[in-house]
Amino acid sequence: MSDILTAPSGSKLYLLGNEAVVRGALENRISVAATYPGTPSSEIGDVFMDVAKDAGMYFEFSSNEKVALEVAASAAASGLRSFVWMKHVGLNVAADSFMSLAYTKLRAGMIVLSADDPSMWSSQNEQDNRWYARLGNAPLLEPSSPQEMKDLMQYAFEVSEKSGLAVLMRTTTRVSHMRGVVTMGEVHVGKQKGEFIQDPGRFVPLPAAAYVAHKRILGVLAELARDVESSPWNRVYGQGGKLGVLTSGPTFNYAMDVVQEYDLPVDVLKLTFTYPFPENTVLEFINGHDAILVAEEVDPIMEKEVLAIIGKYGLNKKVYGKLDGTMPMPYEFSTDILKAGIGKALGTTLPEKEPVATDLQLPVRPPVWCPGCGHRMMYSATKAAIEHLGIKNAIYPTDIGCYSLSAAAPFKMADYLLSMGSSIGTASGLSVATDQKVVGFIGDSTFFHSGMPPLVNAVHAARKLVIVVLDNRITAMTGGQPNPGIPVNGMGDAAPEVSIEAITKAIGVGFVKTVDPANLAAAQAVMEEALAFDGVAVVIAKHPCVMIKPKGETQKKKLVFAVNREACDKCMVCVTRFACPAMFVDEDGTVAIDEALCSGCAVCVQVCPQKAISVRRQP
Amino acid sequence: MKTYNIYITGVGGQGVVRTSMVLGLACVRKGVNVVMSEIHGMAQRGGSVPAEMKIGDAYSPIIERGGTDLLISFEPAESLRATDKLSKDTVAVVNVQPIVPVTVALGQSKYMEPVTYINELKSRIRKVVVLNAEDIAREAGNVLALNMVMLGASSAVPGFPIEREYLVAAMKENLPAKAIDANLRAFDMGFEQATKDLA
Repeated sequence: MSDILTAPSGSKLYLLGNEAVVRGALENRISVAATYPGTPSSEIGDVFMDVAKDAGMYFEFSSNEKVALEVAASAAASGLRSFVWMKHVGLNVAADSFMSLAYTKLRAGMIVLSADDPSMWSSQNEQDNRWYARLGNAPLLEPSSPQEMKDLMQYAFEVSEKSGLAVLMRTTTRVSHMRGVVTMGEVHVGKQKGEFIQDPGRFVPLPAAAYVAHKRILGVLAELARDVESSPWNRVYGQGGKLGVLTSGPTFNYAMDVVQEYDLPVDVLKLTFTYPFPENTVLEFINGHDAILVAEEVDPIMEKEVLAIIGKYGLNKKVYGKLDGTMPMPYEFSTDILKAGIGKALGTTLPEKEPVATDLQLPVRPPVWCPGCGHRMMYSATKAAIEHLGIKNAIYPTDIGCYSLSAAAPFKMADYLLSMGSSIGTASGLSVATDQKVVGFIGDSTFFHSGMPPLVNAVHAARKLVIVVLDNRITAMTGGQPNPGIPVNGMGDAAPEVSIEAITKAIGVGFVKTVDPANLAAAQAVMEEALAFDGVAVVIAKHPCVMIKPKGETQKKKLVFAVNREACDKCMVCVTRFACPAMFVDEDGTVAIDEALCSGCAVCVQVCPQKAISVRRQP
Repeated sequence: MKTYNIYITGVGGQGVVRTSMVLGLACVRKGVNVVMSEIHGMAQRGGSVPAEMKIGDAYSPIIERGGTDLLISFEPAESLRATDKLSKDTVAVVNVQPIVPVTVALGQSKYMEPVTYINELKSRIRKVVVLNAEDIAREAGNVLALNMVMLGASSAVPGFPIEREYLVAAMKENLPAKAIDANLRAFDMGFEQATKDLA
């Protein structure tokens, strides 16, 4: 059983922010939790999957973020505390329901956690989800550390229950993926079942009810705006000085490290409860200082609040931030960035230890598909089919998942990407806008997430295109979570498998074939048929992820392959066309296979024109 | 209190995150504060995996420019990827075994002799402890114990803030029971090799 559930009150664990927040939920009578995995939020679900059953609560990996939010919302409407989390762009998917959530007054606390990704370590954009608090009428909390991610859960549930609103908790990669010492509190088990008491005026925002509700929400927010002024989570650190630094989330950490290291006469205001914005708290802070530096990631939201307060009260204060160029606009901050900003605001340059530099060119080391990955096989087969049919200028819309790595050489088969499921919608559009051949790629989990509506659209619009569903039997890129296509659920229980093939056929796709791409020739033949089909064709390339097996499934015994040095004529087809990371070029130009990396998939054997690759004989 | 800043780097799959876990847990057992930053997700698929760690009274784990006290690099070329975080006072422990990325076979980049990277690092910082951690791990009885060779060697660096007893306790908590003996041997062999090198 996981320490995160069993560690006694007062004990200390070394936890990721994403792990600590689960303990926070367990300490505060959580009943229902749901998510769709997405970095940097994914570990939260991994931990819940581990503990949910023992904790006597319900947890699910929902088919997408909107469903997850709806599951959590209806639990809270039924009197059960609920928690839903997602990466920042996941909240876009859930936004339709999130926007109406405030219009239904919840009966128990609900927390929506958005893990933002400044600097885009693993995301397609850098949107700042603090805007969603304003857009969706949600109180906003921004933790700075793993301990705070845990401790804030109690406060967040209290705020939610007092207001009847879901609370938005915004973390960033550097908080969710920060590891630190966390002191445990007492675990309190939540109710297993609630009761939904019908109240259409409360839960059905038809126009007349929504009209009333909007005014009610404004009253609730006004009340919260008073409460936020006395929140214990907003406080000043420092002993007085002429400069005040306004921070939230991880920028508090950077500011404190600078102030401590240089022993600076600077006050740091840590805002954790940031919407409704604590106007009087900040006004007092502004009045107590000659100048204010605002440190926030990504958009200048608090900075504009500060400027508005200064304008409203007719103050004459200097504000340093993004808008005057003191702080960078895009990307995450760091101690160095705070050092430069605080230095500028103080009119000095804070000394730093001189870093070293090198002129040596370092090898490029981008993320790549693992040895034995089915995606490499299917892209190889597709490329071979396209070349064999003499198709020129084909377009390859791609999607969110490991297959987006097809953008790299030697494949270079990722041409257009917007969001989860966009491969199929953009494939439709490209087939309208051009006469080029369109082959879209999407994963199994992404297909369930948002691939079905655009496929319905493509069939109904009578498009001619090919969609390849790369079914690796897991949600792989986020570390390996179950999805509706595999026979296990978030509680670790057996679950009905949903068939992608049956869905596509039911939608009315005229050509549906499933193939294991480990047989390259068979996969190429199916792709050639699909490319010739006059209509929507779906090819399901079914090959399990080589790295991640669903729980309970065991790894097959592994064969290891080797190159026969005499037979290899150094044509480099295996390297330049297949690019398996287990293959490397020896000193004399012969290709060799790294025994430790080889997964034993045997596909390179099919790639080699000289038949020079075979199972390595045991010595 | 001045913090002790450790930058740990390597390639996905080498055990960088596990090493930092053991080290962090050892800090908890000793009762000193520790903060660490990890990168998950896309960066793990065979890419560079850096972890930044501060031991002591720090709020943020992100190391400032020139702020690294100890660099632990599981791979020679990776030891030079974050030179802006190193200063002439940094000490490094580097594994000499290269992991050549697929971009080299594709002709998109070059991988030089490992010693080239190590000599470059030596010319820039105070001291570089070089070891063949894979060979040592194999001699200790488990090639996967490479990361504990690196940790053992690191613990021999003067100024390293966590004593052996806490590290061993953390290893016992964090590593599979059946592999613990080989890992402890690997740790001690790494320590001995580095101690000789540093003498």
